[in-house]
Parts: sequence; structure tokens; C-alpha cells
Amino acid sequence: MITIAGGGLAGLASAYELARRGVSVRVFDPGDSPGSNSVARFAGGMLAPWCEGESAEDEVVALGALAADWWAQVTPVFRRGTLVVAPPRDTPDLTRFARRTSAHRPVTGAEISELEPVLSDRFQHGLFFEGEAHLDPRRALRDLAQSLQDMGVELLYNTPTPALIDLDCTGMAADLPDLRPVRGEMAILYCPEIEINRTLRLLHPRMPLYLVPRGDGHYMIGGTMIESSSSRPPSLRSLTELLSAAFTLHPAFAEASVVEIGAGLRPAFPDNLPRIITHNGRLHLNGFYRHGFLLAPAMAARVADQILPGDKR
Amino acid sequence: MQIYDTEINSRLLVGTAQYPSPAVLVDAINSCRCEIVTVSLRRENADGSGTGFWDTLRQTGTRILPNTAGCHSVQEAVTTAQMARELFGTNWIKLEVIGHADNLQPDVFGLVEAARILCAQGFQVFPYTTDDLVVGEKLLEAGCEVLMPWGAPIGSGQGLRNPDALRGMRAHFPNVPLIVDAGIGRPSDACQAMELGMDAVLLNTAIAKAGDPAAMAQAMAQAVDAGRAGYLADPMERRNMAIPSTPILGMAELA
Ligand SMILES: Cc1cc2nc3c(=O)[nH]c(=O)nc-3n(C[C@H](O)[C@H](O)[C@H](O)COP(=O)(O)OP(=O)(O)OC[C@H]3O[C@@H](n4cnc5c(N)ncnc54)[C@H](O)[C@@H]3O)c2cc1C
Repeated sequence: MITIAGGGLAGLASAYELARRGVSVRVFDPGDSPGSNSVARFAGGMLAPWCEGESAEDEVVALGALAADWWAQVTPVFRRGTLVVAPPRDTPDLTRFARRTSAHRPVTGAEISELEPVLSDRFQHGLFFEGEAHLDPRRALRDLAQSLQDMGVELLYNTPTPALIDLDCTGMAADLPDLRPVRGEMAILYCPEIEINRTLRLLHPRMPLYLVPRGDGHYMIGGTMIESSSSRPPSLRSLTELLSAAFTLHPAFAEASVVEIGAGLRPAFPDNLPRIITHNGRLHLNGFYRHGFLLAPAMAARVADQILPGDKR
Repeated sequence: MQIYDTEINSRLLVGTAQYPSPAVLVDAINSCRCEIVTVSLRRENADGSGTGFWDTLRQTGTRILPNTAGCHSVQEAVTTAQMARELFGTNWIKLEVIGHADNLQPDVFGLVEAARILCAQGFQVFPYTTDDLVVGEKLLEAGCEVLMPWGAPIGSGQGLRNPDALRGMRAHFPNVPLIVDAGIGRPSDACQAMELGMDAVLLNTAIAKAGDPAAMAQAMAQAVDAGRAGYLADPMERRNMAIPSTPILGMAELA
């Protein structure tokens, strides 16, 4: 029996990899239900290793490449790519983005309107990352929890964690040296007039925006990156920037309903890479930063290999 | 170089925003051996909540110059400065009062007013200003002992858009430390600023957004050193025609 503290993203992904290797697993979490207490409920759900490569270490690209296949085992994954655009005056940013990333092709205004007809005539240059995907984070956590239950994993929500456990995946609640919070603010818009099918990124020197379709006219927009542990609701400044960036993508967003706003704290180490470490005799998987969905599959497999050394699939 | 009552050896000051990760930032700081880094504060940090990141910065041993980046009014800038004094235990403040949300041009009227208030409260103010001489004078009157003129708009990487104005500032304020803040994109820009006789340069985006921030930080430090040495060495004057370096008088005329 392997016990895990934390039924958020990392805990559930690790439970999956362990259960798949044939051991019984029990997960403890003080929250009410899968994901209810997890920072992942604010996430975009982008599986975008190549775009992230713009500012992340090469390892993120390498580890993230298989994430879409992994998630597709348990939840719907939308493999429609990422379209990166920039307003005309920020085209130098597009050039830089292209130089720093791979697995993309340049697209013209005509190709952009073919991919996303609502954007026709709005952007003349863009980059298309065909291999990228997205999912719905809240649904993904619920679906993952369901698969775990089907596999016989015990998910104990609303339950205090025993002192002795095998793996700690408590995210920001873990007391680890060098683990710091990076605050992220987001909003969900409802705008049935607009149909966008894939993740869009709008480059901007100060406030780059991403928009992830959630289906039925809903769009998640995010996300700020602030070195702070404050979990107060989003500030007017951040929201103004996010919402006006959405308006830059398409003026019809002016009529969107803002159905939700939120702010979450991403757990991160100084190099912004996840780590498997032993601290005070306890094994931890943590530091997923803005890459929980992207990197949890690969890191969960690693941690499972470490816990069950003889059992390399 | 002396700024307020502090002796400073490195003439490169580095901003800490927009790096891929704190680890990359620390590498950059170490590779350019800067002594002063600027840090921006947000309201979110009022309770000391930025600590994880600040601890990383403190470990580098650099001196922290908090800034009021993103403040659009005198009141906001003054409140942020007070918060910074509390949090970082320093009287230093890099004062920014932004007048234009889009190009981040300083609001020089608000700047002078905020500088007056903060100097009266015992702050040592580093004002981010334009290259306007009259504004510079007003800032000195307000109690500032250093001026930080822009080279170009923040984050634009355009280099020095008006070198003549900076040259004019140098001539007009021979004894005031002048630090070019904003607009530096490449090492040659930093070098040019130093050749003009500026005392130091402050930059952020050019390092943070480079493909290899640590390598760029080092290149910037070398450029600053080269520019300073060039300025001190009293460069020759430019001419508008070629002058052979070997005298032609007395050369044999071979028919
Ligand atoms: C605005 C925003 C956008 C994002 N967008 C993306 C994206 O597009 N793609 C992507 O890959 N990532 C994204 N992320 C990042 C992603 O959400 C995180 O990396 C990920 O959720 C971290 O997972 P975790 O399991 O470490 O922490 P969490 O998911 O927060 O899980 C921690 C769990 O531990 C539990 N817990 C706390 N204390 C205890 C205890 N004592 N005992 C037991 N359990 C405990 C909590 O209840 C919680 O369920 C985004 C994040 C934010 C904030």
C-alpha cells in the first residue's frame, strides 16, 4: 500500500502511475472533492511544450511532449494546436518568439482566418504550433479521479493526512526550502458570438495573454505572473490588462460576460522546474509552477519508478 | 562612484523583472557582478508576501533598490515607496511616476512632486526622468542627488534616441551622478551611454529577454567598462574627412 498526501494534480497523476504498476494506493486530501482545493482549478489547461520553450528550460519541452497522449487516456484532449499572434506594432516579439521556439510554422493573414475565421483581417502574421493541445482542467481532474476509483485507488477527501506517508504532493502547502508561490490571475468569459477553437496567445511586451476555449462559448483568459503569496482576488490592474488584451484579440469580447475571476498560487522552485526530493525523511513531488498539466505525467512516472524501483514498465 | 553616501564600484545596475526564472536571474547577476539590483513592488507584496523571490535576491549579496514601477500617481508612488522602506529596510527608492500607460513615459510634474515629498521624509530618491534639463534642476531642488534620464522608452530596446540631450545633461550637471535608465537594447548602447560620460546604466529587459541572459549580462558589463574607459581616455574629435595617420609632408615624390 502506497499513501499519498495531496489529491491535487501531482498527487492524482502519481496515484495513476503507481496504480498502473499494480500497487494499491490511498490518497488523502483535506478538500471536498477532486481538484476543489487545487490551484489547477485556475489553470488554462494548455499542453503547450513548444510555446513554453520560449522562456522555459529545454527539459520542459522534452518532458511535456507526451502529456497530450497521457491525458487522452482519461479525459478529452483537444489537439488543435496553438495559434500565436501579435498586433502589428509588436511584430518584433513574434520574431523573437519564433526564434526561441521550435515545432511551429509561420502563418499569413489568410491562413490565420482559415484556422480561426473570426480572426480574419485582424492579424497579418502569426505562428502555428500544430502539435499542441489543451484540456479542461476541472474536468480533467474529475475524470482522472474517476479513472483512479475505477482502478481501485482510495481517494479520501475531507480526511486528515496520517503522519506517515510515502509521497507528499501537497503543492503550496508543503513546507519545502526554496519553494515559492507565483501568483496567477485569470478570468472566464462567456461570449457565444465568438467561436474560437484552439488556444490563442497574444504577444505583448508587458501583458502577454492566452485564451483557452472551454466549449459552449466559454473562454479562459490568463494569466499574470507575480512574485507574491497573496491569494486575494485579482486586482483591477491585472484584470484591466487581461480584459483589454482579450478585446485586442477581438472587439466582440467587449460584450462578453465575465462569469468568473480567480487567482491561484503556483508552487515553484528557483529554476521553475519540478523536483522529486526527499526532505526531512519524506519524498516530495512539487514545484510544477505553470506546468502542472504539462509535466505531471512525466514526473509522476519518474516518481513511481523511484518508489517501485524494480518495476520499470 | 559615490551615490548619496554609498561608494559603488559596478557601473551597471540591473532590474529583476521578466527573467525566465529566479535561477537564471541569479546567474545573470553573478556573471555581470552588479552591486545594485532594482525590485518592483506591488500591492500584493504589502504584507511581505514576495519573500520567496526576495530571499533569492538577498542571497546574491547585492544591494536592493526598490522601485515604484507601474505607479501612475504621486500618491501611489509615495505609498509604494513607504511600503518599500518598511519591507526592505532601505531609504533608497527608484522613483517612477508613469504619465502614459502605453509608452511608460514619465510624468515629470508628478515626479518632481513625489520627489519633494519623499526627500522630505528622508528617502534617497533615484528619479526616473526624461533628458529635460529644467526637470533635472527641479529634481535636484527637490533634494535628489542623482538623476536617471531615459535613453528610450522602457522596454523598447531602441538605444539612445537622443544622445545630444544626454551630452547636454552631462555638461549641465557635471557633478551629479547620471544613470541612464531604460531603452538600452544592446551592449553597444550601454557602451555609447558610458562614452557620453554617464556615470552608470540601469537595464532590465535587454538582459532578461536575451536568449542567454547570463552571457548578455556579462557582455553588458564589459560594454559598460569599455565605454567608461573610453570616456576617461578622452576620445579624439570626429572629423568630416579622412586624415592619413602617416604625415604626407616630406614623402618622396616618385615620378
Ligand atoms: C492562472 C494559472 C494558470 C495555469 N495554467 C496552466 C496551464 O495552462 N497548463 C499547465 O500545465 N499548468 C497550468 N497551471 C499550473 C498548474 O495549475 C499547477 O502547476 C499545478 O496545479 C500544481 O499541482 P500540485 O499538485 O503541485 O498542486 P495542487 O494541484 O494545488 O494540489 C495540492 C493538493 O494538496 C492538498 N493538500 C494541501 N495540504 C495538504 C495536507 N496537509 N495533506 C494532504 N493534502 C493536502 C490540497 O488540498 C490540493 O488538493 C496554471 C496555474 C495558474 C495559477
